[in-house]
Amino acid sequence: MENYFQKDIETMPVEKIKEMQAEKLVNIVKYVYDNVEYYRDKMNEKGVTPDDIKGLEDLHKLPFLSKADLREGYPYGLLATDLKNCVRIHSTSGTTGKRVVAFYTQHDIDIWNEMCARAIVAAGGTDEDVVQVCYGYGLFTGGAGLDGGSHKVGCLTLPMSSGNTERQIMFMNDLGATIICCTPSYAAYIGETLKEMGYKPEDNKLKAGIFGAEAWTEEMRRDIEKALGIKAYDIYGLTETCGPGVAFECSEQTGMHINEDHFIAEIIDPDTGEVLPEGSKGELVFTALDKEAFPLLRYRTRDICVLTREKCSCGRTFIKMCKPMGRSDDMMIIRGVNVFPSQIEAVLLNEGYAPNYQIMVDRVNNSDTLDVYVEAKEGDFSDKVKDMAEKEKALAGAIKAMLGINPKVHLVAPKSIQRSEGKAVRVIDKRKRLGINV
Amino acid sequence: MEIIMAIKQLSVFVENIEGSLATITDALAEENIDIRAMCVADTQEFGIVRMIVDDAPSAKQKLADKNLFLSVTEVVGVAVDDEPGGLAKAVRLLADNGINLDYMYAFISVSKKYAYVVLRVDDNDAAEKLLSSKGFKIMTDDDVKKM
Repeated sequence: MENYFQKDIETMPVEKIKEMQAEKLVNIVKYVYDNVEYYRDKMNEKGVTPDDIKGLEDLHKLPFLSKADLREGYPYGLLATDLKNCVRIHSTSGTTGKRVVAFYTQHDIDIWNEMCARAIVAAGGTDEDVVQVCYGYGLFTGGAGLDGGSHKVGCLTLPMSSGNTERQIMFMNDLGATIICCTPSYAAYIGETLKEMGYKPEDNKLKAGIFGAEAWTEEMRRDIEKALGIKAYDIYGLTETCGPGVAFECSEQTGMHINEDHFIAEIIDPDTGEVLPEGSKGELVFTALDKEAFPLLRYRTRDICVLTREKCSCGRTFIKMCKPMGRSDDMMIIRGVNVFPSQIEAVLLNEGYAPNYQIMVDRVNNSDTLDVYVEAKEGDFSDKVKDMAEKEKALAGAIKAMLGINPKVHLVAPKSIQRSEGKAVRVIDKRKRLGINV
Repeated sequence: MEIIMAIKQLSVFVENIEGSLATITDALAEENIDIRAMCVADTQEFGIVRMIVDDAPSAKQKLADKNLFLSVTEVVGVAVDDEPGGLAKAVRLLADNGINLDYMYAFISVSKKYAYVVLRVDDNDAAEKLLSSKGFKIMTDDDVKKM
């Protein structure tokens, strides 16, 4: 039987959700216009006033907000309330540029924690569970979000933060953790370490894992589920929108339900900004309906995905987003072809390689080069140079079949690629040093 | 009863990074392992170090403990006359009988009369039978230990 944290809201009829969203939208637009000069200027520039926004059908009239806007407004430019009403900040990892700082009122945090609680309950969590949070605590939203959600559900919370994997495993075993929350790459690493320490997947009490903050594939999900003996659930969020919990997966594991009582999701054409019909692939855009300190109207996430409102077996009525196919800023254009690291990862896992890899892109003699460093399979080493070269060739062929361009594959020793305890750095694009816009 | 004569070779994957080979040789030195024969194959990307040692099981354990990527393969060790044309006889014999040679290398010389070589062929059994039928002495792990 499906469990809900807030059944009335999570299973609300779609028309009711839309009514609620429309009402909240009208109010939040007025609130932002009155309190955020930066966005008011954007609206004025477009000739839109709060009076023009009467319902969901008017949403498209509002200007977009981008990460560049948030950076430009750093630190207080997008703040909508007095600092005395704010109780916390979080900040992006800054992996793609200057950091963005997001502010929270207590009400903002309460809503965020509730959304994380919905995710934990959807993954089978109750107040009898022991939740091990090994997302980083601190500026990163992962630790605080799941920690807060776990408290709301009433679980025993192990605030481990990331790192010190052997200690993670000791607590997991000694305190009987039943749900684990971290990045998927760290979950894979914990699985690997468990095996190395001689544990079998059935030796721990874990039943579920909630993994997010980076793109991962279905193949990686299966690997993690096997290694830890759990069901692995996806969770989605951005620091800008509050953190993890904006969308979460249910037992059906076919996409994440967006918490539509707090967010409106749109899919747009990333090039033209045009709103696309349901079921189209495009860039995900969020409008936050309840945020007080750091409201966002039509925020472009740069995540490429598809929305669907097909009936879900879990009974939830919230629209579902598929696993992001990659962040539009993760996308590389190599020899004119769009390449997402997640596509390469899917090939590796399909071919039986570990999801530990590094992609190096460079430009030599005016031509792009793609080098993929992959750990050889354990126990699959030949004394013949020819055999090793053939393995590399076979893998390069599989990647070419997926991408349409030829990579150079380099097998490296197992466990030699640096493991990540937070977000994994998969791509090194050396073209940037040449000042090439990629 | 068939006597298994093939000797054990350790092959270790080394990345093209400074000090990779030293990691291997240091580990073996620590374990008091004597290297009887060695050859390094290098490509642009990586190298493969192949070795015959006096105690293959201990060496394997030690290197695996150092997280090195390795495998153990059986190869043919053969004694040839240590004189001009000594090796030629053995190699010609294999060639004439259609036995493919992937690679070969020599032991550090321990006798005046014989030179010892390691042969990596596609069919160990056939190579051993053929060579011993023509009077070549085939080495065993025990011979390697006692060298």
